[in-house]
Amino acid sequence: MANKVLVLGEVRDGVLRNVSFEAIAAAKQIADGAEVVGVLLGDSVTSLASELIAYGADRVVTVEHPHLKSYTSDGFSQAFLAVYEEEKPEAIVFGHTSLGKDLSPKIASKLQSGLISDVTEIEGSGEGALFIRPIYSGKAFEKVKIKDGIVFVTIRPNNIAPLEKDASRTGEVATLAVDIQNLRTIIKEVVRKASTGVDLSEAKVVVAGGRGVKSAEGFEPLQQLADVLGGAVGASRGACDADYCDYSLQIGQTGKVVTPDLYIACGISGAIQHLAGMSNSKVIVAINKDPEANIFKVADYGIVGDLFEVVPMLVEEFKALKVNS
Amino acid sequence: MNIFVLVKRTFDTEEKIVIANGKIQDDGAEYIINPYDEYAIEEAIQLRDANSGKVTVVTIGGEDAEKQLRTALAMGADEAVLINTEDDLDELDQYSTAVILAEYLKDKEVDLILAGNVAIDGGTGQVGPRVADLLGINYVTTITDLEIDGTNVKIVRDIEGDSEVIETSLPLLVTAQQGLNEPRYPSLPGIMKAKKKPLAELELDDLDIDEDDVEVKVETVDVYLPPQKAAGRVLEGELADQVKELVNLLHSEAKVV
Ligand SMILES: Cc1cc2nc3c(=O)[nH]c(=O)nc-3n(C[C@H](O)[C@H](O)[C@H](O)COP(=O)(O)OP(=O)(O)OC[C@H]3O[C@@H](n4cnc5c(N)ncnc54)[C@H](O)[C@@H]3O)c2cc1C
Ligand SMILES: Cc1cc2nc3c(=O)[nH]c(=O)nc-3n(C[C@H](O)[C@H](O)[C@H](O)COP(=O)(O)OP(=O)(O)OC[C@H]3O[C@@H](n4cnc5c(N)ncnc54)[C@H](O)[C@@H]3O)c2cc1C
Repeated sequence: MANKVLVLGEVRDGVLRNVSFEAIAAAKQIADGAEVVGVLLGDSVTSLASELIAYGADRVVTVEHPHLKSYTSDGFSQAFLAVYEEEKPEAIVFGHTSLGKDLSPKIASKLQSGLISDVTEIEGSGEGALFIRPIYSGKAFEKVKIKDGIVFVTIRPNNIAPLEKDASRTGEVATLAVDIQNLRTIIKEVVRKASTGVDLSEAKVVVAGGRGVKSAEGFEPLQQLADVLGGAVGASRGACDADYCDYSLQIGQTGKVVTPDLYIACGISGAIQHLAGMSNSKVIVAINKDPEANIFKVADYGIVGDLFEVVPMLVEEFKALKVNS
Repeated sequence: MNIFVLVKRTFDTEEKIVIANGKIQDDGAEYIINPYDEYAIEEAIQLRDANSGKVTVVTIGGEDAEKQLRTALAMGADEAVLINTEDDLDELDQYSTAVILAEYLKDKEVDLILAGNVAIDGGTGQVGPRVADLLGINYVTTITDLEIDGTNVKIVRDIEGDSEVIETSLPLLVTAQQGLNEPRYPSLPGIMKAKKKPLAELELDDLDIDEDDVEVKVETVDVYLPPQKAAGRVLEGELADQVKELVNLLHSEAKVV
């Protein structure tokens, strides 16, 4: 249906985020054969264009400007809207990331369009495409569509599979000159707090700790387990409230909603607000010393036991598995 | 300082969702102020107390939303506004919600608007930034710290676990993230006082909004519950064997590692 679909490629620390490749796959489905155009905004991003093409974009438009070095809603909206005016797409796909959440409503407002945020699944393709998104933090789902106008969606990381990378694909890469001015926000600094390079919302494995972890130091074995599995550490609100970790790690109805392949809950009781944030994970493992804990009701596999015994043993077993395979 | 807080009434986080005839059932459900909006209200009260001024809480909803507005007044807000759309509109989406809020706010000479980072029901996080854009003012989302000095504003915002330190100026809209503050509970004297505080009720007519201007852009086709998970398996035997079995199951059966 769409004449073409624009996809915003998101760059962090000089590399494209995985969600951008997932967004291309989503765009392909919406495009139903029409062109998919990648958009890259930054101060030196053009070299990344070929990777968007390898993941399925037909061509790429980049805007480079010193004012796009760091993300600001003013800078990025001016640049994106300039590309929009040039391309006049009928559909747009962003990742539902910190950046995508901040930018997409502003663009939608400027275009006076609807916006379907946080899509986890697309049913059908082209004109008939329906978008599925969690509501009540995953306690329910809704299936929605745009009544008329631009089909604008943001997709949740880790839910729509990217296409196979094909480095032999080629496509045009064009640069659009845009005058970017009047930034009302100045970024003074970014303080890194996330302990590993793996982002919680994009992690394939999440090892989460609750009040049962008992202290900040108690999170160390969990971090080791996350490291062996290439995953990220998360937490319940119980652990955050007790100051064992930062609120940015909180998973649940008032925290992050995650859908990794594997979620390992350690010393978490499984309150309804916590379940809302993780129960749609593919496989859930619970480690808890209380056999009656609610978390076992959603767990695929459970071990009743002391997490301080079980977690270090798991670290060793996974290490052994890695060596053997 | 002229401060406005956007407040949404939502299901209590303890509520289980029940669906009948393709609709979420709300009879008997307990309601709360959207938890993120509580941070916004608390921050507004603290700013007013430090700088003088007025805090107005605004919601779009039905008659029942008065209860949440009274709670906000009991916490310490000065005035409340209920934009009641029950008689005029069957449906609302983020676009129409933002248009109505912006129409109300456009001639209010606002210094600062606070909203929640996301509503825990609809869950899009669109309304704050959309309102700011319609008003032509700047916005900063997911803030965890806010300092105001004259019209200069210093903010710390949460970006996926990292913190970004930002400088900007009023007028401004911010959205509250967990960690911004500890929302207070309404005190008994607060609750008594709240009963006498002004609570205005407006309809679309009062805002000169035509129903056609707020026609929704997004249509809900279906609402459903996630598939029920089959009961899981609690492992048995010696702990060391359980750990070995678990790793084996994750590798060979579930194939996630
Ligand atoms: C408005 C609102 C919003 C909320 N939002 C969220 C949210 O987003 N996310 C969230 O997580 N919660 C949220 N909560 C809080 C939620 O209700 C629970 O209080 C919280 O999830 C409990 O955290 P917990 O499971 O870590 O702690 P607890 O309930 O105290 O559970 C600790 C568990 O650890 C086990 N344990 C103890 N020691 C060990 C050991 N050595 N080995 C193994 N197991 C052990 C215990 O058996 C117990 O099951 C919210 C609450 C409200 C009111
Ligand atoms: C009377 C009524 C009828 C509705 N009818 C429908 C319907 O038919 N179909 C449907 O799908 N949805 C309906 N909704 C839901 C509505 O479309 C969305 O909830 C609304 O657009 C907000 O979107 P959100 O939940 O994604 O909020 P978000 O954008 O996530 O909210 C972020 C912040 O914006 C502010 N905010 C959000 N909503 C309001 C509000 N109502 N008043 C004041 N501030 C607010 C709060 O500060 C909140 O924390 C209805 C809602 C109401 C109140």
